[in-house]
Amino acid sequence: MKPPPFEYQAPDSLEGALAILAEHGDEAKVLAGGQSLIPAMNFRVAQPTLLVDLNGLAELSYIRQADDGGLLIGAMTRQRQLELDELVAESAPLLHEAMPHIAHPQIRNRGTLGGSLVHADPASELPVVALARGATMRVRGPDGEREVPAESFFLGMFTTDLQPEEILVEVALPPMPANAGWSFKEVSRRRGDYAMMGVGTLVTLDEKGVCQQASLVYLNAGDGPVAAPQAAEALQGEKQTPEAVEAAAVKAAEDEIEPFGNVHASVEYQRHLARVLTRQALETAFERAAASLKNGG
Amino acid sequence: MNISLTVNGETYEREVEPRMLLSDFLRHELGLTGTHVGCEHGVCGACTILFDGDPVRSCLMFAVQANGHEVMTVEGLAEDMDDLHPLQEAFWETHGLQCGFCTPGFLLTLLPFLEENADPSEDEIREAISGNLCRCTGYQHIVDSARLAAEKMREG
Repeated sequence: MKPPPFEYQAPDSLEGALAILAEHGDEAKVLAGGQSLIPAMNFRVAQPTLLVDLNGLAELSYIRQADDGGLLIGAMTRQRQLELDELVAESAPLLHEAMPHIAHPQIRNRGTLGGSLVHADPASELPVVALARGATMRVRGPDGEREVPAESFFLGMFTTDLQPEEILVEVALPPMPANAGWSFKEVSRRRGDYAMMGVGTLVTLDEKGVCQQASLVYLNAGDGPVAAPQAAEALQGEKQTPEAVEAAAVKAAEDEIEPFGNVHASVEYQRHLARVLTRQALETAFERAAASLKNGG
Repeated sequence: MNISLTVNGETYEREVEPRMLLSDFLRHELGLTGTHVGCEHGVCGACTILFDGDPVRSCLMFAVQANGHEVMTVEGLAEDMDDLHPLQEAFWETHGLQCGFCTPGFLLTLLPFLEENADPSEDEIREAISGNLCRCTGYQHIVDSARLAAEKMREG
């Protein structure tokens, strides 16, 4: 037995879970997949006095097509389900491409979408995808439901806009724009390790192959998922040329990300990785967008 | 808390503290010491078990979470020493283990993988076992074991 003693409750409804949180607030901690919380408890870094286990809430585990063609995903959907789901592969290719990078299959069998987003580890993949794709978080609390766009959800290191008495219930991904290309790339020392650097990107082209919109978001590059809006903006109006791609990569890697460096990778090396990964990711994204253009969007 | 769960086909009822990890429960409460405990934070894979059929880290779950669920440990692979599972035979025959500490985790990671992938490539095998650490073999013989096991399981 590693963690210090705590109370445990496993409500059988979302209402029940919210009622417990309303009563206990700060002292309670929600248990989703537990793949980050339980190690932290084993090390006694986290010492919640009450765990509210959401694993009995089947109502929070689903992947559905939204009316607008996007996806609605229940917060307790397991990462392994997302990885293998055909609807995700078709309608959310950036998410699909990111999934195998998350830890190992055994971890993805338990880990959940919502748990990872709420944990907000700057080195994790799902916040990057949420921000790059402009996801909307649907949050339930004592006063009902509110929607939080990804860009105001992530507030910093392990910190989100979620309040102690609230639960993230659903993540809404907008439909992929027409003529869009995507790419998710990262470098880790061993497969399944936390990546030293990673990037998720999305590029949208007009019918002439000119970039209309781009987004670039990085992991392990600051105190949360880190966007590079200036590099993305510089790509607008550009075609896929080595110069345009390299300029964006340099801008993002040198000016916009703020990696901390660690024992595995110095800041300089992280910036180097960011530049190379951005170049590769943008090339892939441009090519995929061009292929989509060829196939009529 | 009172919990009831099925382990290797047998139903157990026990009174446990919420903080008891599933790995410790299996070892200390049920005496099923085949599930090994290495890092206790989800990195080494030694404690991998099947939870409702899927490989998971038993050190990253609490025993209370297994209430009403089905668990399989390495003890559930074979009836006795003379009737090993083809996966165990393959590890034996191709030297897939030296000290054996990591072996239960490898076996339970590979079992569902090989059931779903009858003829995996070396790359697919290496990907499947990427979440299990072995400090003896250098993995080559484990990959060989997995290939031989796939062959044995295909033949039934």
